[in-house]
Formats: sequence, structure tokens, C-alpha cells
Amino acid sequence: MTQSVVVQVGQCGNQIGCCFWDLALREHAAVNQAVLIDMEEGVVNEILQGPLRDVFDTKQLITDISGSGNNWAVGHKVFGSLYQDQILEKFRKSAEHCDCLQCFFIIHSMGGGTGSGLGTFLLKVLEDEFPEVYRFVTSIYPSGEDDVITSPYNSILAMKELNEHADCVLPIDNQSLFDIISKIDLMVNSGKLGTTVKPKSLVTSSSGALKKQHKKPFDAMNNIVANLLLNLTSSARFEGSLNMDLNEISMNLVPFPQLHYLVSSLTPLYTLTDVNIPPRRLDQMFSDAFSKDHQLLRADPKHSLYLACALMVRGNVQISDLRRNIERLKPSLQFVSWNQEGWKTSLCSVPPVGHSHSLLALANNTCVKPTFMELKERFMRLYKKKAHLHHYLQVEGMEESCFTEAVSSLSALIQEYDQLDATKNMPVQDLPRLSIAM
Amino acid sequence: MSIVTVQLGQCGNQIGFEVFDALLSDSHSSQGLCSMRENEAYQASCKERFFSEEENGVPIARAVLVDMEPKVINQMLSKAAQSGQWKYGQHACFCQKQGSGNNWAYGYSVHGPRHEESIMNIIRKEVEKCDSFSGFFIIMSMAGGTGSGLGAFVTQNLEDQYSNSLKMNQIIWPYGTGEVIVQNYNSILTLSHLYRSSDALLLHENDAIHKICAKLMNIKQISFSDINQVLAHQLGSVFQPTYSAESSFHYRRNPLEGFKDPALYTSWLKPVNAFNVWKTQRAFSKYEKSAVLVSNSQFLVKPLDMIVGKAWNMFASKAYIHQYTKFGIEEEDFLDSFTSLEQVVASYCNL
Repeated sequence: MTQSVVVQVGQCGNQIGCCFWDLALREHAAVNQAVLIDMEEGVVNEILQGPLRDVFDTKQLITDISGSGNNWAVGHKVFGSLYQDQILEKFRKSAEHCDCLQCFFIIHSMGGGTGSGLGTFLLKVLEDEFPEVYRFVTSIYPSGEDDVITSPYNSILAMKELNEHADCVLPIDNQSLFDIISKIDLMVNSGKLGTTVKPKSLVTSSSGALKKQHKKPFDAMNNIVANLLLNLTSSARFEGSLNMDLNEISMNLVPFPQLHYLVSSLTPLYTLTDVNIPPRRLDQMFSDAFSKDHQLLRADPKHSLYLACALMVRGNVQISDLRRNIERLKPSLQFVSWNQEGWKTSLCSVPPVGHSHSLLALANNTCVKPTFMELKERFMRLYKKKAHLHHYLQVEGMEESCFTEAVSSLSALIQEYDQLDATKNMPVQDLPRLSIAM
Repeated sequence: MSIVTVQLGQCGNQIGFEVFDALLSDSHSSQGLCSMRENEAYQASCKERFFSEEENGVPIARAVLVDMEPKVINQMLSKAAQSGQWKYGQHACFCQKQGSGNNWAYGYSVHGPRHEESIMNIIRKEVEKCDSFSGFFIIMSMAGGTGSGLGAFVTQNLEDQYSNSLKMNQIIWPYGTGEVIVQNYNSILTLSHLYRSSDALLLHENDAIHKICAKLMNIKQISFSDINQVLAHQLGSVFQPTYSAESSFHYRRNPLEGFKDPALYTSWLKPVNAFNVWKTQRAFSKYEKSAVLVSNSQFLVKPLDMIVGKAWNMFASKAYIHQYTKFGIEEEDFLDSFTSLEQVVASYCNL
């Protein structure tokens, strides 16, 4: 059995992490290894005073009083160097408790200061200290209506680190999560005859969980991300007829080291109380996974180019259901010429709580490009005017070159996606093979 | 004459279980048209070939289970024990904590050398238990990391250490539309390596067996369990004892040797119509037609050609290559594999 260590950084990271552990405990009563990091005591203290206080080893947390002021430079350079040794010590302790440490899951947001700056600083630390352990990063990207003015700066500075030191990144944005919740609310409140939704089955629900506090606005959204992480690791934790371990995710979905951004979608969002699930419902689950409304990032994979796709199925679904749906959906999807049948599949017998089956789809698809391009545009608008730049430059170790290098790194990445997109509608040609003299 | 089975990876272990289950339940099934004496001889022969002496009357499979993560092996061990009819040996397993990540290079270059001694020791112990040992039956898939990479490594070792015994590899050909994205790479690396060390490669395509389940058996929701059972049924009928026309009461012991004999075979299994998708690769052209097996060498060409083509396309773009070079499999190794498989295709085409 392998273990993973969850590293929750910053307010966003810790709130999501908290939801994650809550749901994870619902699925098993396991030993939990987590390192909680926040530069403001508030959030972590709240977690430790709540019902989950026994879950976390209080020796595994690091807090400071002041916070990072939404400044990547403070998070990365100041707190990074200040706390590096302490943090490394916590990581080592966590790793020692693990029989076979396979993966670090880092949860953070890109737009703020701690999660973004310190979170990405840690990636380098982990890479140096534990080079063989995978680094999976769940990053919350700022939406257009983000209230942090400097979020484009923070995000792009963080992206350079993600490009260079993460094995796999799952980008998610708040707007998508919000839209999904609106959809669910609409469904639940529509009161259509015969469509009662099973309450526990909402992908946003935390019923049955330990936390019984009144719902906070981000709770539902955080639960979606928490469910994503649970489903990602389900095949490694439970049995099934076609297992998929975490190291297989990277192996199959990352054809070139720099192209490691995966768009995720979770279905179903809820289960109807109708007990008999005819194949049509099951097939609907597969169709939904590819619709842009179900993606956790504002992206439309169906109309962009796939480099690779993974389908992780849980529950009472067999290989024939999987094959039938792949055959059905394949014609409407475009795959890159050298990976025309690039599907990675897994079947896990244990469904998530409240569902009889579920599907997590991970796509390495050029549809991430618009998110990156928008981010770059917002960055340039600020940077051209040098707005707020002094807050960053006054931090020791920060220079303008940090900014220009970060933008170049992002531009190079966007260019890679551009080149792939250019091949989109070209006919697939078989390359000449080796000819053998007989 | 006994056969030692080596089950590698999730696929190998899941199938291995079904095979032993099928063999034992066949040997316990009704004797049909033969006499009681013949039936007893048949049962004894089957038991000796695949199972070792009973402990409390429960036969123990002559098998070595190898996987780089524990879930599947644990499942198979408990399923066998639950059946009450047979079980796996307590010390016949080799497990690690973390799998091969669908990476042939990891299975071959990292897990192989690292665990060579332990795995070969377990195999040797199993071989020593046999009164007269005839060969190995190695079950593995081509698409993943352990079955394919570690399977190739172990087969090579078996060739080195047991060069006089026959080695037959049961290989599962993956579904055309992917179970694993890098399955074509893993497949060509496996096949080219096995070509050098295996005596016979028995191939089964998931797509083909799936069709059998759907069209001939009318199963609505086909699971891997169904697929593995069909496969086990076919394999069982190949391996069960048969006798040659020359000496009616003498069982031909070694199925692999038996294939060389052009004499007519009698199948002792219930007649089933599911044999039309049986393919064998004649590594050394020793296989003949029989009532059970139909070996048609040119059936191989199309699927092999397809896999080589897809792998070549992917290789030309260099996609995923960094995952292999990380563990010591270089571009030259890929080219070697391509070359040897193109030669196979060409030879079959020239037949």
C-alpha cells in the first residue's frame, strides 16, 4: 500500500484540504498524513478547534501571524527562506511515517500570497528532497471577477514554478465551481416529478461528515475539489478489475514533460432516487464528462485537441460499459495525430458514498490554452503600467527579471499548445516504416 | 510431468486464478463417455501437472504469483482459499508496495534487477517440488508495466537458468482503443524481448474474447471476470491431459511436446463453440492443428502490424519517450524492437 502526503498551503488550500479529510474519513478510517501550512493563524486554528482536531497531528502545522498580504514575493522569498528548515523537517517526519511514500498532493490557490508564493516554493524543496516522489498540484486559478487586484502577478509568477517543478497540475477555477453549484441548485429546487435527488449524493454535500458547522459560502465548492482528489486516488486505495495507480496518471497523461496540465470533470453531480439505472443513465454519465458544463476549469475539451484522456470509473460499471461509451464518444473528439486512440481507463469497484457509480475524466487537452492566455493578458495590462510592482520589488531577491522570465515561461507554454492546435484538422498520415531486407 | 505457472501483474494474476479454477473444476466434472478408470487416470494426471500434494486434502496450485503492488494478489489468494477446492501456496507470492506505473522500462530495468534473486528463488522452490518438471507457463499482459516489463525480464532469466525446459508465454493483447495510452510501446518492447527468450507465445486479444462474450455468449454487461473465464476455459482445454491415437491408455504427459505430434487428439472437455479466435505465434514452428487448437500463423500479421504502426507513429513524435529514458530504455532500444518486429511481419508475409 502506498501513501500520499497532502500539503495544504494558505487559506484556500487549507479550507479545501479540510473538506478533503472530512470526505476521506467518510470513505475510510485511515491514518492521515498532512502538513498544514498557513501564514495566518486564523484558518488553521479554526480547523484545530473543530471536530477534525484529532485528525491532524498538531506537530505538523506551521503558522505565522501576519499573512502574506496577497503578495507572491512575500510568500515565496520571505516566508520561504524563513521557514524552509522548519517545513523540511515536517516533510521528513511525514515521510518517515510512510511505508512507501508515492506522492505529494499540494493544494493551493494561485491568486494570493501564501498559497501561491510559499506553495510553489515548496515544490522546489520537495523536488530536491524527495526526487522520486510525485508532485501533484491542485491549483485554484483566479476567475475574471477575482477581488485580488494583483492576482495576475501572483498567478504568473507561480506558473513558472509549476511549469518547472510539478509533475502534474490540475487547474481549477472558482467560476466553474460556482456554475456547477448553480446547476445543482437548479436541479434540486426544480421539483420536477420523479426527479428527487438523493441528498447525500450531491458532489457538493458534506452530510455524514464530521464538521457540523453552518455552511460557509465556499464549502460546496471546496467539496467538489475534495471529491476530485478522492476519486483520483480511489483506484490506488480500493480494489477493482483494472487498477490505476497514481504513477500511471503521470506516465499516461504527460507525453512531454512541460505539457502536464490536466483538465478534470466529475460526474454525476447527483444521483436520482430512481434505483434501477438503465444503461442510458450510465451512458449519460459518460457524455456529461465531456461537456463543458462539467469541467472544473472554464474549458471546452470537445472542441479542442486531446493529447491524452483518462477515464477513472468507480462502482458498478464493467469493461463493456466503458468500451461502449468510448466507441460512442470517440468520433466527436479530436485526438492528436500520434495518439489517435489515447485512452487510459480504470475500473474501481467501490463507488463514492451516496452513489452507485461515478466517473472522473482527466484530459490533457489544448483547451487549457485560453485560461493561460487570459491570465497573460490581465498580467500585461497591470505590468505595462507597472501597477503595484513596487510591493514586489521591495522584497529582497525580487527583480524585474523575475517577472519577465515568468511571462516568457508562460508564453513558451502557450506556444507549445498553439503548435499542437495547428495540427488539429490535418489528415492523419502514416509515416513510412522501417523496411527490412529479406 | 508438471508445469509451473508464473502469474505476473494484475492481468496475469487475475487470469491465472481463473485458469486453475477451470482446470480443477473440469477435473471434478462428469466423466462423460470415458470409463471410470480412464477418468481417474485423467484426474490424477491433471492434478499432478498443475497441483502439488494435498495438505488436508486441498490441492495447492503449482504457481508463483508476482506483482509490484499487493491488492490483486491478496484478492486472488483469498478467492482461491474461499473456493474450498484448492488454494495457492503460502510462500508462493512476491509482492512490492508500489506498482510499475504502466512503464515497461520500470518493470524491466528497475523492478527486474532489484528483485531478481527473490523472484527466482521462489520459482526454484516451486520447481523443486515437482517430481518431473516439464516447463513454465508464464501469464502476462503486454500493455501494462509489470506483466510486460518484469515479465520480459523474468522470461529472460528463466531462459538463462532453465534453458532445457520449455517456456510458454500466455500474452494478453490489449483492446485496440486503449486501456493504457503507452500500450503500443510496452507491447513492442515486450514482444521483441520475448522473441529471444521464449519458446512459444500464445496470444489472446481482449477485443476477440470480448466479441465472443457479446455475440456467442450473449452476455449483456461484460466484465473482466467474464473475459478471463472464457480465456481460462480455452486454456484449460489445451492443457488438460489427452492421449495419442497410438497408445490408448497412455496419457501424453507434456502438452507442449504433444503439440509436435501430428496424431489426432481427443478433447476431454465439454464441446464448446468458442474456439474460433485462438491464435498462436509459432516461434519455432512446432505447432500442428488439433481439435482444440487451430494455429494459423498469418492471423498474427494484421494485429501485429497495427501495433507496430501505432507505436511507430507515436515514436516519430517522441511522445512519452522521456518516461522510458528516465529508467534506462533509450531510443536505440526502441529502434531495435521495431527492427525485430518488422522482420517478423515480413517473414510471415512471405509465407
